[in-house]
Amino acid sequence: MTTNKLLLKVKKAGIRFGGLKAVSDVNLELKQGELVGLIGPNGAGKTTFFNLLTGVYVPTEGSIELDGDKLNGLAPFKITRKGISRTFQNIRLFGELSVLDNVKVAYHSRARHSILSSIFRLPPHFSGEKEMEEKAIEFLKIFKLEDFLHEKAKNLPYGQQRRLEIARALAANPKLLLLDEPAAGMNPQETHELMNLISFIRERFSLTVLLIEHDMLLVMGVCERIYVLDHGQLIAQGTPEEVRNNPKVIEAYLGEEVS
Amino acid sequence: MKKLTHGKGFWTAIVVVAILSALIQFLISGGTLNSFYVNTIFYIGINIILATSLHLIMGITGQFSIGHAGFLAVGAYASAIMTMKLDLPFPVAILAGGIAAGVAGLIIGIPSLRLKGDYLAIATLGFGEIVRITFLNIDYIGGASGMQVRHLTTWPWLVACVVLTVVVITNFTNSTHGRACISIRENEIAADAMGINTTYYKVAAFVIGSFFAGIAGALYAHNFYIIQPTNFGFLKSFDILIFVVLGGLGSMSGAVIAAILLTIISTFLQDYSETRMIIYSLVLIIMMLYRPQGLMGTKELTSLFKHRGTGKGGMPNDNKQTIA
Amino acid sequence: MEWIQQLVNGISLGSIYALIALGYTMVYGIVKLINFAHGDVFMVGSFVGFYSITIFHLGFFPALLISMVVCAIFGVLVERIAYKPLRNATRIAALITAIGVSLLIEYTTIYARGAQPEAYPDNLLPFKNVEFFGVKISSQSLFILAISILLMVLLQFIVHKTKIGKAMRAVSHDMDAARLMGINVDNTISATFAIGSALAGAAGVIFGMYYTKIEPLMGIIPGLKAFVAAVLGGIGIIPGAMVGGLVLGVIESLVSASGYSLWRDGAAFVVLILILIFRPSGIFGKNVREKV
Repeated sequence: MTTNKLLLKVKKAGIRFGGLKAVSDVNLELKQGELVGLIGPNGAGKTTFFNLLTGVYVPTEGSIELDGDKLNGLAPFKITRKGISRTFQNIRLFGELSVLDNVKVAYHSRARHSILSSIFRLPPHFSGEKEMEEKAIEFLKIFKLEDFLHEKAKNLPYGQQRRLEIARALAANPKLLLLDEPAAGMNPQETHELMNLISFIRERFSLTVLLIEHDMLLVMGVCERIYVLDHGQLIAQGTPEEVRNNPKVIEAYLGEEVS
Repeated sequence: MKKLTHGKGFWTAIVVVAILSALIQFLISGGTLNSFYVNTIFYIGINIILATSLHLIMGITGQFSIGHAGFLAVGAYASAIMTMKLDLPFPVAILAGGIAAGVAGLIIGIPSLRLKGDYLAIATLGFGEIVRITFLNIDYIGGASGMQVRHLTTWPWLVACVVLTVVVITNFTNSTHGRACISIRENEIAADAMGINTTYYKVAAFVIGSFFAGIAGALYAHNFYIIQPTNFGFLKSFDILIFVVLGGLGSMSGAVIAAILLTIISTFLQDYSETRMIIYSLVLIIMMLYRPQGLMGTKELTSLFKHRGTGKGGMPNDNKQTIA
Repeated sequence: MEWIQQLVNGISLGSIYALIALGYTMVYGIVKLINFAHGDVFMVGSFVGFYSITIFHLGFFPALLISMVVCAIFGVLVERIAYKPLRNATRIAALITAIGVSLLIEYTTIYARGAQPEAYPDNLLPFKNVEFFGVKISSQSLFILAISILLMVLLQFIVHKTKIGKAMRAVSHDMDAARLMGINVDNTISATFAIGSALAGAAGVIFGMYYTKIEPLMGIIPGLKAFVAAVLGGIGIIPGAMVGGLVLGVIESLVSASGYSLWRDGAAFVVLILILIFRPSGIFGKNVREKV
């Protein structure tokens, strides 16, 4: 359910690498509960923009605010704790860790037992670990991964790895979830399941979602609004209908069918 | 529901260690074991501590550290100063060795751990050398000729320290903190993205690892009658590195087993030091070419007895010996 | 005037470091490997030169050439046997292997001929001292500088004006793209190792001539220092290695001259730490970001 409260406010954000302006002058707003898409041709700067939002890159211009909190210059882990979580274009799971442990890592920042209590196996360690275990298992049940709890993440088939990555990102309890090409490498059937999953998690966790995708079926199907990036700049925004018929967008994709 | 308290394997290990330790103590006090064997056993204990401490830094947290002998040196000299110059008792010296090395780990870790991969390796190598050269030039502790140290390391102390090291590092690994470190090793960028304060944990692992290297240093100093800066050069760092790598990066049992085997081999090849080095280096090269995951890969001994091997360091089934 | 003498010493020493550093930087630039065994190639070169002179009674220049050729071949052998199979392995595996190769070379040498040092004969070159404004500069220092400059100029020529040089630069930039362009990547990498090793071999002979004493473990410390020089100049950047080597040599001489001679070895490591903390890309380097 989309509310009217503003969650993410990006004003004139940009970053330059040496002489190259990878992203410049981007204005973007997300209301709480929205499901918004970010599209553009390859190399447009979409992932770079995600990196700006999550603190991997520090913006050289502009400001980024989440729920009124300024995020510029904060370390990535601090931004995550403020409420932004993400998945990656090339899946970044903790391969040697089990499925369960991957999700437990997302709970770490909220764990209350200290290193000393773990080393000396004091009561806070046991209660803290138990809590993490229970929460993680419940979570994985939601994503139908409970049969693979102790399997090493690297051994999962591709589709389940993607699901795990999303589950892990959500376990971090974000206000805003960034999905970077979640449908990459999926067939139409899997993409359809993904669409359902995204709608489901948006409802279930009262999330705001910003989604990078190339698969237009997915984007047009679930997104309420779409931003279009090309050469690091916003060239269009609006509803799927508006964007689909925008000549600048069509041109950016060099005459590719955008539907 | 998975048991979170100590499982069977843990108590089995404790019992076996207790029995073996008592046995060895009996043999030592009875004079049955000649000093060659006693020395070897003590060396094994010290090397187990060194191997597990480096395992925490490299195997679990994925940080290249090839200057570990520097921390050994700091612990050795700090503890020696406590007993020889300040006339303090041995337990104080051991603690001082650990703390001094831990502080060194903090000082070295904070600037270095911003670096990655090869650069971190070289930085740690550089720091190890700086430590050695510094000690070489301080007359208070004997300079190049070194320092004589009373023999205070006894079997009970050695066992206690080895057990403490293994238990602490195992407990750290099997907790959310250990998982945080492993996540850094597996994918640092994702770990950042999941809210892990990667700098904090890299430094923490480094400090804990160097602390125990310092403890090993105290035991070392008080066992071999004399310590000299030449004992702590990068060849020593490589020795420790070889334990961890040959045992399997990510496996504590691997590191322990490798420490035991390689110490035994090298004491028996003591008189043929060039042959030893040639064999070592050939084994190293061949291992990397044909079995880079080392002896155990990331598996622990316990996982050989269970269905699942999550490979992050299960309960230790041994301190000095393999079970089955 | 003492200082100027030290400066000259520093530049001579620095030239030797530079020649070794070039090998490190070229290899790192092309396969991202820190070739720990490179310092030992330097040692092998000095021994080859020694035996050429004492057993085969050759002059300095023939010895230099033979050493360069032998080391080039040796470098390629090491690369093909130990490094090539690990090209796609983890960095730690490659690093460990390089350390293993280094130890193997050192201890095989000791096993073969003992650990005792040898001394290069004193009379290799006419020993004339030149006077510049009251400062005595040995002709040896000038000679070292001349040879080093000659070799570096030769290297620049190869890298920028020949086909193989172009191939080397292409492969350093992007190995896959170079392969797709039809460049034989394996041979290019081997050529890089060959050239780097030849330069290290030359450094070995020059070192022997200047400092006379050589022994099997002589490559360790100069090897590490040369690596520091390469990092100082910007690892992977050829002019960087030259400048880094000279700067490091001068720093070391000045530290020694200031009365802290026991710390001269430490100077290199302090420089290393400072560089890694404040400017890891080195003097000529550029920051390369990891793609997320």
